[in-house]
Amino acid sequence: MTTKQTKHQPLSHLDWLEAEAIHILREVAGQCSNPVLLFSGGKDSLCILRLAEKAFRPGRFPFPLMHIDTGHNYQEVIDFRDQRAAELDERLIVRSVEDSMKRGTVVLKSLDEPRNKHQSVTLLEAIEEHGFDCCIGGARRDEEKARAKERIMSFRDEFGQWDPKNQRPELWNLYNARSHKGENIRAFPISNWTEMDVWQYIEREKLELPSIYFAHQRDVVMRGGAIVPINVPLMNGEVIMQPKNGEEVINMQVRFRTVGDITCTAPVISDADNVSKIVLETATTTITERGATRLDDQTSDASMEQRKKEGYF
Amino acid sequence: MSSNMQHNDSLLRFMTCGSVDDGKSTLIGRLLFDTKTILADTLTQISNTSKKRGMEAVDLSLLTDGLQAEREQGITIDVAYRYFSTGTRKYIIADAPGHEQYTRNMVTAASTANLAIILIDARRGVLTQTRRHSYLAHLVGIQHIIVAVNKMDLVNYDHAIYDKICADYLAFANEIGFAQARDIRFIPMSALNGDMLVDRLDAMPWYSGKTLLEMLEAAPAADVEVDAEFRFPVQYVCRPHASADADLHDFRGFMGRIESGDIAVGDAVTVLPNGYQSKVKAIQIGDLQLQSAQTEQSVTLLLEDEIDTSRGDMIVKSSSHVAPVKQIEAHVCWLSETPLSPARTYVIRHTTRESKAKVGTISYRVDVNTLEQQATTELKMNDIARITFKLAQPLMVDSYSKNRATGAFIVIDESTNNTVGAGMIV
Repeated sequence: MTTKQTKHQPLSHLDWLEAEAIHILREVAGQCSNPVLLFSGGKDSLCILRLAEKAFRPGRFPFPLMHIDTGHNYQEVIDFRDQRAAELDERLIVRSVEDSMKRGTVVLKSLDEPRNKHQSVTLLEAIEEHGFDCCIGGARRDEEKARAKERIMSFRDEFGQWDPKNQRPELWNLYNARSHKGENIRAFPISNWTEMDVWQYIEREKLELPSIYFAHQRDVVMRGGAIVPINVPLMNGEVIMQPKNGEEVINMQVRFRTVGDITCTAPVISDADNVSKIVLETATTTITERGATRLDDQTSDASMEQRKKEGYF
Repeated sequence: MSSNMQHNDSLLRFMTCGSVDDGKSTLIGRLLFDTKTILADTLTQISNTSKKRGMEAVDLSLLTDGLQAEREQGITIDVAYRYFSTGTRKYIIADAPGHEQYTRNMVTAASTANLAIILIDARRGVLTQTRRHSYLAHLVGIQHIIVAVNKMDLVNYDHAIYDKICADYLAFANEIGFAQARDIRFIPMSALNGDMLVDRLDAMPWYSGKTLLEMLEAAPAADVEVDAEFRFPVQYVCRPHASADADLHDFRGFMGRIESGDIAVGDAVTVLPNGYQSKVKAIQIGDLQLQSAQTEQSVTLLLEDEIDTSRGDMIVKSSSHVAPVKQIEAHVCWLSETPLSPARTYVIRHTTRESKAKVGTISYRVDVNTLEQQATTELKMNDIARITFKLAQPLMVDSYSKNRATGAFIVIDESTNNTVGAGMIV
């Protein structure tokens, strides 16, 4: 039995994850001719922005930022998104699902329906409009079982489709981000991070976050076992998420573990009003991030797999 | 419960080798469950699925159930990655299917692992697949092997049966010549009952060795084991000459990940393949200035002299001798359904560098079950063969056994852009 000489201390897990993510971002920059970084203002994409700073400063980012706005986003998050892009002095492209609705490429069954899945259409339209050959995103493999088999550089065909049975093998850290015109790559620099890693990184790097991640008072109703925020004002002045007949409106102390489309993201009861309290809460929670907060993934055992096949992130 | 609290801990990547029948999914499910990684809603979900499938107890193997296509066929097709942490360490498990037709997935999983758990069913002992898994782990350079003799509950926890399996395995390991070179450990267990994984139950008082988790906690992380020389493939060059900040107009940062070795400010370096010499002026991660940096860190290097360097070049220490080569010999695992064609030109990606490549000779193909070397002229999916490639561009390579990062390459088919082969330089 042989063990090689230990020369130095191992990297801490956060240092290792950071080094891996920086390497992936630089591979995108080195291999792709027109990449874009998807940025929602959420915690995962805020980590990626910090990683991009470490990867490319003092230079500019070799890609613009892009947000696919469902129109159902919290004002605080949108403001934060704009503020962060301005602070970084990087270009922010916003494409909205509502524009796709106007074009007729997205047709809703009802105005209230969750628009997460319709983001795919708007995203593909934006990819085509700008000729992007790679989209960098903040998805993590621990989020959902269909993600556990996702590649770090994941190939999508001309229709943006993910074919789980026909993925490119990915070995060592030799990523293959090649694509033909019309096809594209989705690159996931924080694939190997867990929710805990993300919060610990936010704590270590002292990253600022939109306020709705922290405990605050909010009007909610209980619907089908989930906490549903109600009477949420949109940017255009409209107020969505009305309580249904007979539902009791409760004012609760809650926070969001994940930030997405208002209609399908539920808050959790929490008094964690700073990052270190959230790290502690994350360590002791008994419910998964998606399980607690996403109202759209539980319809079937395979709903995420299905949406990814259709071009979803 | 603070099982997920972790600060300044290291990271270990390992793989599991075995088939569904050996209890591999149960083992992973157990590790996740016993380290409290599985949260209540996931448990409820698999408990419901277990009932739907007519099972009485919660089937922990469902935790590793992945894609719809796999559930339909009741098998694992692809490599899945799982995560857990213990308070002192974060773990990444590469969970690969073990059947022969999935050799390529095992090679993929092994490529990032520093430790492999090889599962043996105590009722069946060392099988052909055990030999195949061991050979592949060996080929892909995994230093640490844990042979887990599982299902001890089904052989009455018989110490003699365990000892016989260990002896059989060692005999075979000696025969293929890796018992001396690798760190091999044995453990009896019952993944189903959770015995000897995280908890030690009282069924095997004759075993006083470490539990599986104790072994994992003690295994060295990959980055402290690489004793190879400094290798820094340039990924990207940062030249913010158009910046508003005049101080940056001459800034020229070489960005990349230290694949092996370490580097300090003042070290004399050579940039290959051109052979330019300079010294390290600064080492940075973002705003952070470092005096030295080590394996697996992603850094930016600034050199004393203005040198024309671009992506694909490699920075090494001037004391190190690396001769760029235009021919390589390697063990290649073929990954594609389209067989290797000696008539075609492929692209080889090695570190951050690419070269067109043509097959020179195919020396032999290895039967992964018998390890016999067979003459062949073609290479089909899952085949492993020893091949030479002729290269259009020089590559700066090391042998894979010395350096996994600079000894590895992938083969790309330019017509589809698919990754079709994985190579390990001899």
